[in-house]
Amino acid sequence: MSLRINIPAPLRRYTEGQGLVEVSGNSVGSALASLVELHPSLRSQLYTDEGRLRAFVNVYLNDEDVRFLEKMETTVKADDVISIVPSIAGGCLQP
Amino acid sequence: MLIIKNGDYESLRRHGEETYPFECCGALLGRFRDGHRVVEDVIRCNNTRADRPQDRYNIDLKELLAIQRQADERGLEIVGFYHSHPDHPAQWSQTDFAEAHWLSCSYVITAVEKGSAALTNSFVLAGSSEEDKRLEPEAVTVLSLEESKSQCR
Repeated sequence: MSLRINIPAPLRRYTEGQGLVEVSGNSVGSALASLVELHPSLRSQLYTDEGRLRAFVNVYLNDEDVRFLEKMETTVKADDVISIVPSIAGGCLQP
Repeated sequence: MLIIKNGDYESLRRHGEETYPFECCGALLGRFRDGHRVVEDVIRCNNTRADRPQDRYNIDLKELLAIQRQADERGLEIVGFYHSHPDHPAQWSQTDFAEAHWLSCSYVITAVEKGSAALTNSFVLAGSSEEDKRLEPEAVTVLSLEESKSQCR
């Protein structure tokens, strides 16, 4: 099954400039695996050395944060759009 | 370099005054051009750090997702973010650095002193990964209305 993954601006240098990448998969996890297979240099941007999704990398399936669904096991269907959204935060005082 | 129209520049500075003594935050939409970030629009966001808005900011992920979609629809990209430092210097903090993940984007910081916008600085998140990222100062070019028009031609 094919679906699309929306790539944020900072990561488009690893997808040859593409903002939308068509991938295959039946779950969010397998779709992301397909993305990394197509664009291997994305792997270290999205995952730690231990293979876990980096803490600041958020994944949405259409309008839902997959952490509130079934996480990487969330089932996807054709024409779904997965979005990768790096978090943005900060503040003037030191931690 | 960050290139921004005067109206947009003043808008983000005013935002910091309006939310004082709390931090403001927002996104910069535009284009990456010749290694520079050219701002086309400033999107104000809500600071969701209700627990300590005086020295922290956070943009809600759903709001960020909507901004990302808006950028795509308009043929633009998120080229940076801005926030204010109420009664603190316009210099990135360790918290800013730890929470910065948008490589190649600008992070604009306005110091707001006793309610008035003071210095505004911009830093680009350089590097190729989370492991070698760094915030580097970058020049800010503020375009007058006339200069903005000539940029569009």
